[in-house]
Amino acid sequence: MAIYTEEEAKKIMEKALSFSTADTCEINLSGEESGNIRYARNTVSTAGHRSNQSLVVQSSFGKQSGTATIDEFDDASLEKVVKRAEELAKLSPENPEFMEPLEQQTYDKAINFVEATANITPEYRASVANDSIEPAAAKDVTAAGFLDDSYGFNAMLNSKGLFAYNKSSNVDFTVTMRTNDGTGSGWVSRDYNDIGKFDASEASKVAIDKAVLSREAKAIEPGKYTVILEPAAAEDLISNMARSLNARTADEGRSFMSKEGGGTKLGEKIVDERVSLWSDPLHPEVPTSTWSGDGQALRKTVWIENGVVKNLAYDRFWAKEQGVEPVPFPNNIIMGGGDASLEDLIKSTKKGILVTRLWYIRTVDPQTLLYTGLTRDGTFYIENGQIKYPVKNFRFNESPIIMLNNLETLGEQVRINGNLIPYMKIRDFTFTSLSDAV
Amino acid sequence: MAPVQAHGEVSWKTPLTKDFKDVPVSEKVDLLLSANAAAMENGANFVNSALFMVNEQKYFASTDGSYIDQDVHRIWPTFSVTAVDREAGKFKTRQAMSAPMGMGYEYMDGLASEKKEGSAGITLYSKSYDIVEDAVQAAKQAKEMLSAKSVDPGKYDLVLEPNHLGLTIHESVGHPLELDRVLGYEANYAGTSFATLDKWKSGDFKYGSDLVNLVADKTQEGSLGAVGYDDEGVKTKKWDLVRNGILVNYQAIRDQVNIIDQNESHGCCYAQSWNDVQFQRMPNVSLEAGKEKYSIKDMIKDVEKGIYIAGRGSYSIDQQRYNFQFGGTVFYEIKNGEIVGMLNDVAYQSNTQEFWNSCSKICDEGDYRMFGSFFDGKGQPSQVSAVSHGSSTTRFDDINVINTGRTI
Repeated sequence: MAIYTEEEAKKIMEKALSFSTADTCEINLSGEESGNIRYARNTVSTAGHRSNQSLVVQSSFGKQSGTATIDEFDDASLEKVVKRAEELAKLSPENPEFMEPLEQQTYDKAINFVEATANITPEYRASVANDSIEPAAAKDVTAAGFLDDSYGFNAMLNSKGLFAYNKSSNVDFTVTMRTNDGTGSGWVSRDYNDIGKFDASEASKVAIDKAVLSREAKAIEPGKYTVILEPAAAEDLISNMARSLNARTADEGRSFMSKEGGGTKLGEKIVDERVSLWSDPLHPEVPTSTWSGDGQALRKTVWIENGVVKNLAYDRFWAKEQGVEPVPFPNNIIMGGGDASLEDLIKSTKKGILVTRLWYIRTVDPQTLLYTGLTRDGTFYIENGQIKYPVKNFRFNESPIIMLNNLETLGEQVRINGNLIPYMKIRDFTFTSLSDAV
Repeated sequence: MAPVQAHGEVSWKTPLTKDFKDVPVSEKVDLLLSANAAAMENGANFVNSALFMVNEQKYFASTDGSYIDQDVHRIWPTFSVTAVDREAGKFKTRQAMSAPMGMGYEYMDGLASEKKEGSAGITLYSKSYDIVEDAVQAAKQAKEMLSAKSVDPGKYDLVLEPNHLGLTIHESVGHPLELDRVLGYEANYAGTSFATLDKWKSGDFKYGSDLVNLVADKTQEGSLGAVGYDDEGVKTKKWDLVRNGILVNYQAIRDQVNIIDQNESHGCCYAQSWNDVQFQRMPNVSLEAGKEKYSIKDMIKDVEKGIYIAGRGSYSIDQQRYNFQFGGTVFYEIKNGEIVGMLNDVAYQSNTQEFWNSCSKICDEGDYRMFGSFFDGKGQPSQVSAVSHGSSTTRFDDINVINTGRTI
């Protein structure tokens, strides 16, 4: 078993620290148990279980640092890995941005571990595959899916006396359903800390229905359309934008947050006033660890409020340079939503496109946060408040900044990839070409 | 499962003359810092550089009677140089023109004999890389990008340099011809493929123009995918995927080749680690050089309205590999047979089959170089694999170019 209790983890790290002769030393210990099942062509293709553990030592002499990693924790191995980190530190040039390890911090008690997720069995995973494959086969549809569950811990100890420990659990499920005539495809994604919230039959039905509904899609001209983005479609663009809210690159003139003539857009309105974005490690739907990788406490942080940028992330070095408090990068993103259901959003749309998900998203221009990618697995034309017919997939070229300035309506929030994102209706979303892909 | 020959006790090693492990860390650090300093002295505002070096030691034993010891080396020097115009609120980044290689540290020697003259005065690199020289030209080009002309959207003839074209080959040829994708095993992640079995069976599916010959090769020296044996103990080899424009084969392993009426694995099975499942992975897939003597200069001279694109950029393709959009590192406008200046905001969109059928000219062997990626992703749980793609500079006619400039 790779999972150590708080006491066991501390003991191992204290032993490692006892071998340190460096000016400062920081030790990270982690362990994870994970299991998975994969299926395609309506049959299971692979299944597996992994058990991993790792101890990372960063030793520093002055501003010279070295890092070494090991996965055996007997005394001789711990001594070896500390000595290796120290050898590497002495070989390294000085890091002018070196920051001493933090002293003990105060952390909130995390809520991101659920015992039931840690108790998932191979038999349960097989039942999930069955709950996808059987209803798919009954509808002349082929299922290809993946369930991946894990639980583990992260712990940190340094020579300044800081100790942190977090236990977490997670389950990710995706399934693609393709009609056997090859003309329709549907998809669904679910992720939770608590497996008790997951219903494989319900999720699989969503994907099967989309596959059947999306058969024999019609081609319509690319251009600017009103779109309803399901949370899975919006999440990548929103989280990419959130990850770019970095003070240093903005201050240095190499970010979409940099202003002409110098300075940043911190404190300015950059998107529609109905847009608010925050992070919260204690949100019950998307809980995370309450400390960051460098040992800073993570608490609720508002990034954008009523369209105005309220915070940029400052790492410890840049905060010191700028004379401000550090603002650690978050582990989740929550975007405020509204009351409208998907059905409400469709009913209120005169002419538009419903997008299930976006795929192969890549940055085109970091200056404007322009991204490209394609719709996939269920794209539908809406007219006079009703889904009229499936349409062929589009390539888009769009920036989340432009998109969130063209906001029509925000709907209910849904957890996706550990973030909480609402349905959203956007006008003038830019589709630049058509794809024949199903 | 196709039968596999027993090889007994054998070994294979990446051909190299300088093991990176024998080079002191201080020497590597000094080289990177020299590159950084060179970029800053030539107008860069920011630079970061890195050297990735991998030595994969793999032992394979099977009840078929093979005991295979392999010592695989890979190297990837790279950097990112950024120039900033604070007044205009603009920044531009130029990535390194290096390629990840299946070589030892000798790749860092910067031999003059391995330098290639690109168009627009760019120096490009084959099997030896001069990181300091490239950092200097990167800084100059990043500054030049700040005031370069924004492209007029429309149809252009594209002249694509090998370190750019490699990624296009990877996405539009390498992936769609993976047999597991074609069959649906990757439907939930990477997707399926437009290159379905009926197209291959027809024997006349026109993947590209008559000039287009695309080969798979797990033996190519200097490439990332080169090994002696794959992870099912099959001796590696070279085979055709597209010959004279016609789709002739896929990439397949022991449990797949019977599906395409063959009885010998192609030897392209790979697992990224001992604790991952081995499965079909993309071999090096390369475009053969043109057979007639034809240089990059000759090619530029023959283009009336075109764009020369060097280096990799933004890339995106659909899940069946029809529709794609690619950017690049640097772009130059070609008018009436001459380079007339640098361009900004360029991306081209096309459809795989239309694109390869628009291939009208390929430079000769003298211009042949490899592009590579350490991080080709596939499978669930996801695994990465390293792969190279060789080509000479190639022309594609009448391709749709869009302008990616926006105001926010």
